[in-house]
Amino acid sequence: MSDVQLHAVSKAFGPVEAVREVSLEIDRGELVAVLGPSGCGKTTLLRTIAGFERPDAGRVVVSGEVVAAPDRFVPPERRRIGMVFQDYALFPHLAVTANVAFGLAGRPREEREALTRRTLELVGLQHKSGRHPHELSGGERQRVALARALAPEPAVVLLDEPFSSLDASLRAGLRREVELILRDAEATALLVTHDQEEALSLADRLAVMREGRIVQVGAPEEVYVRPASRWAAQFVGEVNVFSGVARGTGVETELGVFDLRAPASGAVHVAVRPEQLELRADHDGNAEVVAREFRGHDVLYRLRHEGGRVVLVQLPSLELHEVGARVFVRPAPAAVTTLVD
Amino acid sequence: MKSDGIDAWAILPALFAVAVAGPLVGLPLSYAVAPGALSEFSGLVPEALGATLVLIAGVGAGTLVLGTALAVLVSFCDFPGRRWIEWALVLPLAMPGYVFTLFSLGLDLPGIRSPLGAVCVFTLVLYPYVYLLARAAFLAQSRTLLEAARGLGLTRRAAIVRVGLPLARPAILGGVALALMEALADFGTVNLLGVRTFTDAIYRVWFIGFDRDAALQLATLLVSVTLTLLVLERLARGRARYHELAVRGDLTPPVRLRGAAAAAAVIAPLALVGFVVAAPLTQLAVWSVESVREGLLSPEFATAARNSVLLAGMSALLVPLAALLLAYGARASRSRTAGALARTATIGYGLPGSVVAVAVIVPLSWIDRRVDGVAGTGLLLTGTVIGLFYAYLVRFLALAWGAVEASLIRIPRRLDEAARGLGADRLDVLARVHVPLMRAGLATAALLVFVEVMKELPATLLLRPLGGDTLAIAVWQATTESLFETAALPALLIVLVGLLPVAAMIRLSGRRGAELEAAQTAGTWAEELEERRVAPA
Repeated sequence: MSDVQLHAVSKAFGPVEAVREVSLEIDRGELVAVLGPSGCGKTTLLRTIAGFERPDAGRVVVSGEVVAAPDRFVPPERRRIGMVFQDYALFPHLAVTANVAFGLAGRPREEREALTRRTLELVGLQHKSGRHPHELSGGERQRVALARALAPEPAVVLLDEPFSSLDASLRAGLRREVELILRDAEATALLVTHDQEEALSLADRLAVMREGRIVQVGAPEEVYVRPASRWAAQFVGEVNVFSGVARGTGVETELGVFDLRAPASGAVHVAVRPEQLELRADHDGNAEVVAREFRGHDVLYRLRHEGGRVVLVQLPSLELHEVGARVFVRPAPAAVTTLVD
Repeated sequence: MKSDGIDAWAILPALFAVAVAGPLVGLPLSYAVAPGALSEFSGLVPEALGATLVLIAGVGAGTLVLGTALAVLVSFCDFPGRRWIEWALVLPLAMPGYVFTLFSLGLDLPGIRSPLGAVCVFTLVLYPYVYLLARAAFLAQSRTLLEAARGLGLTRRAAIVRVGLPLARPAILGGVALALMEALADFGTVNLLGVRTFTDAIYRVWFIGFDRDAALQLATLLVSVTLTLLVLERLARGRARYHELAVRGDLTPPVRLRGAAAAAAVIAPLALVGFVVAAPLTQLAVWSVESVREGLLSPEFATAARNSVLLAGMSALLVPLAALLLAYGARASRSRTAGALARTATIGYGLPGSVVAVAVIVPLSWIDRRVDGVAGTGLLLTGTVIGLFYAYLVRFLALAWGAVEASLIRIPRRLDEAARGLGADRLDVLARVHVPLMRAGLATAALLVFVEVMKELPATLLLRPLGGDTLAIAVWQATTESLFETAALPALLIVLVGLLPVAAMIRLSGRRGAELEAAQTAGTWAEELEERRVAPA
């Protein structure tokens, strides 16, 4: 059963159509990331689900209850959503415990205390319960914000760019931590981000958003391997787009023949990931190394092909090619590619 | 489940705007209703106009010279005890004009019962407006500008005169405008000194002539004079808002005065504050003791004190609460219209108490007659303190709103959303997030309203119910009968309470940086105030 359903939701601000007919379902316990460049409408989408914006058209359903429709609008406080803001929005006048317990007002005292304690333990901050937000580090503030959102056991947790105000060095570790907390809490979560690495590594499913529309939804590996469009391919990871001629399950390009996922024929474009190419040193090769980006476990090469175009190739860093070296580049064995527009 | 229909919070600003601005519409309408009402009192208008012009010219010049000179002294010179004197010079703000008048009448200062005497009283108690704003402007000036002037061959004195003063001109004129508005709004001083201005005329037409339309028309004239003054100030200022352009930089280092100059710099301000604050306080204390010892204390003193505290206390609760609802309503509805309505609801502060009193009485007595006709309740609104509270709301809502809004604006909207996402409705957000974060602002608003209501004389005088005399009225009443000893104790209490916000302001401004900030806040406040006063034009 889906915890959150969006049916053709649209929202415009004057002439700007921020969200256009977006439909999306999030299953219980699922972690979905909305990935898109800044200004694509992903934050508006999140705020529409939360109830801070009222959609112009479409329906929003949370836990089986219609919370927004043309004739119906449930205010945010009655939607059972937990929101984690980009800047956390912790209440500066309240200590950690009181921040976490804020959403539990009206429940019996024992329940309130138990939930607060349990949530604080979940995020590992029980020893800071008496502190005020200004006495916490960035990562701790984020965990308080998460605990505050989780404590009332919401139907869904919405996270708006939750890692963007943290130092890059902290980000990767906290990302994992937040994922574990969300999984521990068995929370349904929707995360909005412009960071593809973050989306790919965290989410069960990915919704790629562009100019107010969702252009592709799928598991991270599926979106990566089978991009729905050239734009999606380029936005999620690095990609080469080659033109070629398809004949059945193969496509002939200037670099050689690639396997096709589905049979086709005629002039086509294919998306080829950098790791789907291989190269070897060759004085009479068909390309020259223009630049090299060493990433530790692998290396990204930027080549100039004899046909004039730039080709990206990613290889394990076992053997290094120098900038300026002649190389021969060709499809890796079993490189199955996807047609794009 | 309910849909989002019309939002109750969004209606609040509109309600307050109608309640506050509505009665003021009646002022010019009075000319249409009773065109000839003023003809019976034909002598009053020229007399009031003449006295008003004398006040404008005299108080304008007086506060301009005194306030600016003192600001130059403390901003550009250094002398022993400067930091104390800097703040001592603000103290006259706590001295209501009518209390100082009581002191001067009691001492029988020569020539005090004259327009010139009134000019002197007003200049002495109102110069701090000019002083504060000019000083703020001087402190905000960057040292580089004055140094540039000196690099171009000007002496230090010439640099101050040709660069420092012109740069501060908008602030100085703003201060003069504030002082003049206070002078025009005053009733106690002019009435006690026998200077027949508009407020005095309104009082006499109201209580001696019992002519409501004539009072409304006089009030209209007074408002017109005030507005004209503001427009003139705007024109004189032109588009100059230099102080905002002044670059941030080091403060101008003051010049150390020595010898006779230093002695004069210490003695002159101390003598001034001594004459305007210390001497009256001492005299009032002496008279108070005498009045208690010799049984000269008015038998109604206890009632008046109780009434004052009750009225001021209730107003200090109600008016900030109204301001909070108004500001929060405008915030919650997020619309431009609501913002504009909230501003409309704060125009009352520019208006003299007498004007507010005669304006609110019109709708109130209309309602009274209707209700009385149906239910036979008598004068439910005009005959009780309800009318008085309404007048205080109209007059002081802006004062509380300024303090409330300033602290509300600092709370990021994200916190509202975070709270609502956690199940809090708008009232919860207000109670659990905003109010705790705004405690200081609300306390300031309450303190300001409390003190202003304690001091308030003309509106209270016109609207008080029977037996509803306050300390301010007791002072005025006893002074008109030359019972200075009787007037002393209530006056002393009023001044002591009035010292609270001044003391709070001084305490808040302990450090130099904070001082600058406070001064700038005062500047912004003054500008907002002016904008608000101009709004009805």
